[in-house]
Amino acid sequence: MLQHLFGFKGGVKPQTNKAPSVQEPIGQAPLPARLYVPLHQSIGGVPNPLVQVGEPVLKGQLIGGADGWVSAAVHAPTSGTVLAIEEHVAAHPSGLPTLTVVIEPDGRDEWISCTPLDYRSLPPEGVREALRDAGVVGLGGAVFPSHAKLTAARSVAVEQLVINGAECEPFMTCDDLLMRERAEEIVRGSAIFRELLAARRVLIGIEDNKPEAVAAMQAAVQRLGEDHEVVAVPTRYPAGGAKQLIRVLTGKEVPASKRSTELGVQCFNVATAYTAYRALAYGEPVISRIVTLTGNVLQPRNWEVRLGTPLRDLVALGQPKADTNKYLMGGPMMGFEIPDLAAPVVKATNCVIAGSPTLFPPSPPEMPCIRCGACAEVCPHELQPFELYWFARARNFGKTQEYYLFDCIECGCCSYVCPSHIPLVQYFRFAKSEIWSREREKQAAEAAKARFELRNARAEREQAEKADRLARASTARSSERKPASAVASAAVVEAGVSSALASEPAVVSSAADADAQKKATIVAAMERARAQRAAVQPRNTGQLSAQQQREIAAIEARRAALQAESPLNTVTPPERAAE
Amino acid sequence: MTEFSTPPYLLGQSSVRRVMLQVLIGLLPGIAAGVWLLGVSIVLQLLLATLAALAGEALMLWLRGRPLALFLSDGSAVVTAWLIALAFPPLAPWWLIVVGTLFAIVVAKHLYGGLGQNPFNPAMIAFAVCIVSFPALMSQWPALGLKLTLIEQFKLIAGLAPRIDGMSGATPLDALKTALKLGDGAVDVPTLLATQDVFGNFAGRGWEWVTTGYLVGGLWLWQRRIVTWHAPLGFIGGLSLLAAVLWVWSPQQFANPLFHLFSGGAMLGAFFIVTDPVSGCTTNRGKLIFGFAAGVMAYIIRVFGGYPDGVAFAVLLMNLCVPLIDRYTQPPIFGMKKQ
Repeated sequence: MLQHLFGFKGGVKPQTNKAPSVQEPIGQAPLPARLYVPLHQSIGGVPNPLVQVGEPVLKGQLIGGADGWVSAAVHAPTSGTVLAIEEHVAAHPSGLPTLTVVIEPDGRDEWISCTPLDYRSLPPEGVREALRDAGVVGLGGAVFPSHAKLTAARSVAVEQLVINGAECEPFMTCDDLLMRERAEEIVRGSAIFRELLAARRVLIGIEDNKPEAVAAMQAAVQRLGEDHEVVAVPTRYPAGGAKQLIRVLTGKEVPASKRSTELGVQCFNVATAYTAYRALAYGEPVISRIVTLTGNVLQPRNWEVRLGTPLRDLVALGQPKADTNKYLMGGPMMGFEIPDLAAPVVKATNCVIAGSPTLFPPSPPEMPCIRCGACAEVCPHELQPFELYWFARARNFGKTQEYYLFDCIECGCCSYVCPSHIPLVQYFRFAKSEIWSREREKQAAEAAKARFELRNARAEREQAEKADRLARASTARSSERKPASAVASAAVVEAGVSSALASEPAVVSSAADADAQKKATIVAAMERARAQRAAVQPRNTGQLSAQQQREIAAIEARRAALQAESPLNTVTPPERAAE
Repeated sequence: MTEFSTPPYLLGQSSVRRVMLQVLIGLLPGIAAGVWLLGVSIVLQLLLATLAALAGEALMLWLRGRPLALFLSDGSAVVTAWLIALAFPPLAPWWLIVVGTLFAIVVAKHLYGGLGQNPFNPAMIAFAVCIVSFPALMSQWPALGLKLTLIEQFKLIAGLAPRIDGMSGATPLDALKTALKLGDGAVDVPTLLATQDVFGNFAGRGWEWVTTGYLVGGLWLWQRRIVTWHAPLGFIGGLSLLAAVLWVWSPQQFANPLFHLFSGGAMLGAFFIVTDPVSGCTTNRGKLIFGFAAGVMAYIIRVFGGYPDGVAFAVLLMNLCVPLIDRYTQPPIFGMKKQ
């Protein structure tokens, strides 16, 4: 155990408060009366619902299929009946609803037939697909689909695979307990990851305030005869940040602009390795996770909770004290306040903390920045947060990018030490979202401009073609002029109505002698325009909510009814109007 | 749960008030030495400056519509006041320090936007304004060995007693400069230091202990991580490097670096002025450059210039360079260092 450790700059040492929740082993949370399983529980594509309302489901049955490569499947956490597929409040700071499968458990908790996968004989591609379809995502909190991280860079061999058991957030102990109780599965899962990446070494990093977890992991590695290296790293927030742990264990610094595999290193959370092993060796998809329930509760403890369990049910297990005024999801440094306890436990829910005014006192009033540089000293990415703050405040977003705004991992160290109590992270999030939305607007404007130019070019081309045709035909037509003014004027009115043919009236008036041909041209043009209109598909209909879809259906029904009773309301082709 | 809350939910113990309070504590050893050697008048000046600063601060906060209690209690005005009081001659008339302090708070601080916004060090602005406007009063430091009672000191400051010749004397730095100028290069500095009354063991008599007090307080601030070592070391380095070069070149004409370090405002400047976060550099390399250049300039002004000490002007000139230095000393970030 003579692993050489590299430090990372910055970081803070808040009170860890981990002791209360490690007194008891992991408990099995009871089955709730309803399960609310959101379809979108990972980074990437939103899984499509694969079940119907009223359909019975079995435990582990696929209910949401991965949409695209960067996406992960979602499964039924127990057996029962699908009550609804509807919008339900999400476990997100916004409290916005998201498409959720509501399941009423039947109490039998009956598994689908789980088929263990012979992952050793499968090609790597097959293993990755299996992981995606088992819904294996990063359980450290980022919920990035794991299979998408299991490909080495083309030109760089993976030197080290880092398994993250650091768990640097205060209060949080779910990884600690998992390592104590289920070390072997973690080690086996790490071995699978290693094989897929062809990594030379496996480094398991655990903060040195978890000696039991370190011992359990070392014992498991020895028992299984693996050569993973279990390394205790100094306790300092955010040592459990992927980039920080990679730095501490390998000395490599992964900038925001690069993927870690480009530097020959990859990192997974211990719980991710555990679920990957369960998924492959037992065929069990990710339907539950370990959640730390702690803070202002009488019974702090870690629970294995089915995904979709309403947070209210989970919180009740801990018996929150009377003065509890808020609940946090995630750690106190990077987590967020849960806006509604009706929101369910999801794959990202690693910790739920009951808060009270004494536990998390309100922040003192914000003072002006005194440029003391305390934030720069603790920034693990060695940024100058106060400079970013000035620029973000002044909405000088170009400058924020020059000062590497997007290298900020929002760990909150700067806000933690700021003597002026400036919510620095909020300023950075604001600047980032402003830049993103401006980028989107810019892209939309560019697309619109391109469309406009294309349209102008087309109009010009068509006009030129038309003039050409008329010129060629004029000699032939001059002999057989006959008045058909009524028909022509009706056609002109129709043409004026149609925006696609805005230039048509001018052409008509200037060449009043070519009636027959013109009529034919106009009719053809109208027909074209009508065909074009019919061909245009309504846009942005891919991600409509159930509510919106119902509204659209209602409108369509009304329109169909109207069209049926009065055919005059429909677009009348000019030839019929003329008849 | 209507209140909008943001992470992190844990906060450290730091606050502006705590930072300022520790700076005040850091000043205490120097103040104690000053009181011991020069008299209680220093305490009177500290009180005057504090009252003037708080009054000016309250007035400006009220005019600007800012919360009074919050900003009056942040301690920043008191720090400015104390630095002014310690830079001014202790027996100066009361109105001098009141004018200086009010100028610092009203003009140098609040007209630029208040706490955190001032480009210049307010205490040094006060010093510069007063030494330009009232050069005679600002150069009269109590002669050593002058034993005045508390009442006499009070009367002098309050303007109730006449100022008598001989009561005040030139500072050691002044004495050295005058001697050099009068002697037209014929004076031998080592002899001067050895014979004249105003020079003590290793610097100006009395002064050496006051400045040692500031050094002790400054090291305590460094140990408490209120200041980093960069700016003080840069300042001390710049001052002593130039002093050493000239001293080695002509020891007859120039005093040794130790004398310069422990004379005048060098130590106060090194640990309490160039370390001012608001008007100083923010990057570590920038702080070194800022301190070093201020040290070099302080030496040039105090030895070759017309003012008794050069710290104030050196710092103000360097304040002007801060945005430029900061811009060109941005450190490489995580993952972008040259391997």
